[in-house]
Amino acid sequence: MTIAAAQLDHYRRELSALGAQLPGSGLTWVEKTRQGAFERFAQMGFPSARDENWKYTRVTPIEKRAFRSMPKSCIGLIPEDLERFFFAALPCHRLVFVNGQYTPQLSEPGALPGRATVCSLTKALADNPDRLEPYLARYADADANGFTALNTAFMGDGAVLYLPRDTVLEHPVHLLFVATTQEELFVNPRNLIVAEQGSEATVIESYVSLGGNGYFTNALTEVVVGDNAEVTHYKLQQEHLSAFHIATLQVQQRRNSRFTSHSISFGGSLVRNDINAVLDAEGAQCTLNGLYLGAGRQHVDYHTRIDHTKPLGTSREHYRGILSGRARGVFSGLTQVHAGAQKTDASQSNDNLLLSRDAEVDTKPQLEIYADDVKCSHGATVGQLDDDMIFYLRARGIEAQAARGLLTYGFAQDVIDRMHLAAVRTAVEEVLLGQLPDTDAIKGLVS
Amino acid sequence: MGDSRMLSIKNLHVSVAGKHILQGIDLQIMPGEVHAIMGPNGSGKSTLAHVLAGREGYDITEGEITYEGQNLLLLAPEERAREGIFLAFQYPVEIPGVNNTYFLKAAVNALRKHRGEPELDAMDFMQLMKTRIKLVGMNEALLKRAVNQGFSGGEKKRNEILQMALLEPRLAILDETDSGLDIDALKAVAEGVNRLRSPERAIIVVTHYQRLLNYIVPDHVHVLAQGRVVKSGDRSLAEHLEEEGYGWIEKEAANA
Repeated sequence: MTIAAAQLDHYRRELSALGAQLPGSGLTWVEKTRQGAFERFAQMGFPSARDENWKYTRVTPIEKRAFRSMPKSCIGLIPEDLERFFFAALPCHRLVFVNGQYTPQLSEPGALPGRATVCSLTKALADNPDRLEPYLARYADADANGFTALNTAFMGDGAVLYLPRDTVLEHPVHLLFVATTQEELFVNPRNLIVAEQGSEATVIESYVSLGGNGYFTNALTEVVVGDNAEVTHYKLQQEHLSAFHIATLQVQQRRNSRFTSHSISFGGSLVRNDINAVLDAEGAQCTLNGLYLGAGRQHVDYHTRIDHTKPLGTSREHYRGILSGRARGVFSGLTQVHAGAQKTDASQSNDNLLLSRDAEVDTKPQLEIYADDVKCSHGATVGQLDDDMIFYLRARGIEAQAARGLLTYGFAQDVIDRMHLAAVRTAVEEVLLGQLPDTDAIKGLVS
Repeated sequence: MGDSRMLSIKNLHVSVAGKHILQGIDLQIMPGEVHAIMGPNGSGKSTLAHVLAGREGYDITEGEITYEGQNLLLLAPEERAREGIFLAFQYPVEIPGVNNTYFLKAAVNALRKHRGEPELDAMDFMQLMKTRIKLVGMNEALLKRAVNQGFSGGEKKRNEILQMALLEPRLAILDETDSGLDIDALKAVAEGVNRLRSPERAIIVVTHYQRLLNYIVPDHVHVLAQGRVVKSGDRSLAEHLEEEGYGWIEKEAANA
């Protein structure tokens, strides 16, 4: 047991105080799920360094605080306050969540084709609980760690996107999670994306802060990609530098389904992302791309896991990290090819750029193969800016700082270029230019 | 200014990691001249080219370099470039993620800014680019790629000459630009260089072989051996080397 009794009591009181305000209250199966998850949390507590998966990421700063939910947010926000987080050139079905609450006056879900629906978890559980029951909390394992258990116990508003068979969404769904300045705030966004056979959609999750003061986002998204369906998922985490951000993306893939994730981590003081994809039928294709930035004393950790359980699956994984100051990065990527998953084709790479002497990264690409007819590769690099490249640029009249900026930006560009939505690329590039060291000097050059 | 020399190198000694590479180089170059610097492997040719461009990691233990009246050794590499020095690299560096067009525009505008000229916008720059790229016969598709990434050896060298054509240096140093080029690429590169010959511009051609000098005809040829200029002459010296090799030069240098 790694949780203090006082802490546990605190969260138990929080949960019972929230009671009827939580999504799905009154539904027996939801309440049982919450209770069961809380008991697991009580048993497990927060992960400790003794847990191999948390060896490099200490969560003590989260553990010792007493975070509180804000059941009744009083928010005077208007859409203009959030405009900079929208994608101007890209029409989206937009749902905005402020301090853990779905906020209709800031949202524009628009009309979805056919019987497709997108709405808050609260509304989905009120309108059509039976449709959710086979999916919600069925794929993400509440037992995975204390955070997934805690999220499942506190499951708060996120979005539910349901795509019936052969439905194709023309515009992306944009889920914008905003935190305002409240201290010790604790939000547990829970999203569910179900793409039935032959459907297609793109979902963008953004996590942003307006101010911010050491609040804690503990998010969980479950995605089910049906036979021949395709889901593209973007996640842009640009929270306040004091924020704690822990998140799990749990993906279940059916026959010949295609799933792509682009995960970008810019903000936060302590950030951990678990991305798990189970390719649970033949011919599934999975692509995981990511970019993490760390500066100052930021700590950013990505743990990915791809399970090839059936034959003819393909997975591609490409992660890059840029760390400066005293920042710490962690990448652990496990690709497991189960017995019988013949003709699996998997590749994985993780490249890291360290811009200062005190920046650090631990990278651990892992392949575990229990089938004999497979094609798998992996690799990891950790390096600094290349002196030859810097000299080449300087020899063309480009000053040293701009040369470093160009090279750093170019390193990140490799991940950005893989994203299909130009509006998202542009938004990410803007944040990059504002955040990477030495990029002031290149703003005019690359945009 | 009474001194019409563009570049003056006096008694230049250079070490790298404690190893004495250049051991007293003297060289005078006037505007409009083409000088070839030849020599066997390890004679210090490329070191000289890099020292002129300002590469770090070389210890100048003795001597001086004056470029257009100023002490060149005090200038950072980018300042030298802005003052009109251009090094065409023997091994142009691949720069992933940095678009070739952005890079070329950044370089052109850095120089224009330094000269007090207005910076070119994207349209004007592309206009200039179109005229220059024809000069060097480079495929326009390469402009959209990352700098030198996945370019063939010949394409990399053409990209160097394209940069030279865009930046219009006063002193161009070609470091073994002929290495790894087939005859067609060699001719194209030489043609690009010859079009830039002018009375205001000086060119230093560093090469191991005489081959390139058939197409870029030098006014002066200097032979480097063991870090010193052991022989200077006109283009016939290069032809002589082609027939005799470097053996006799190295012997003379050893006996000197």
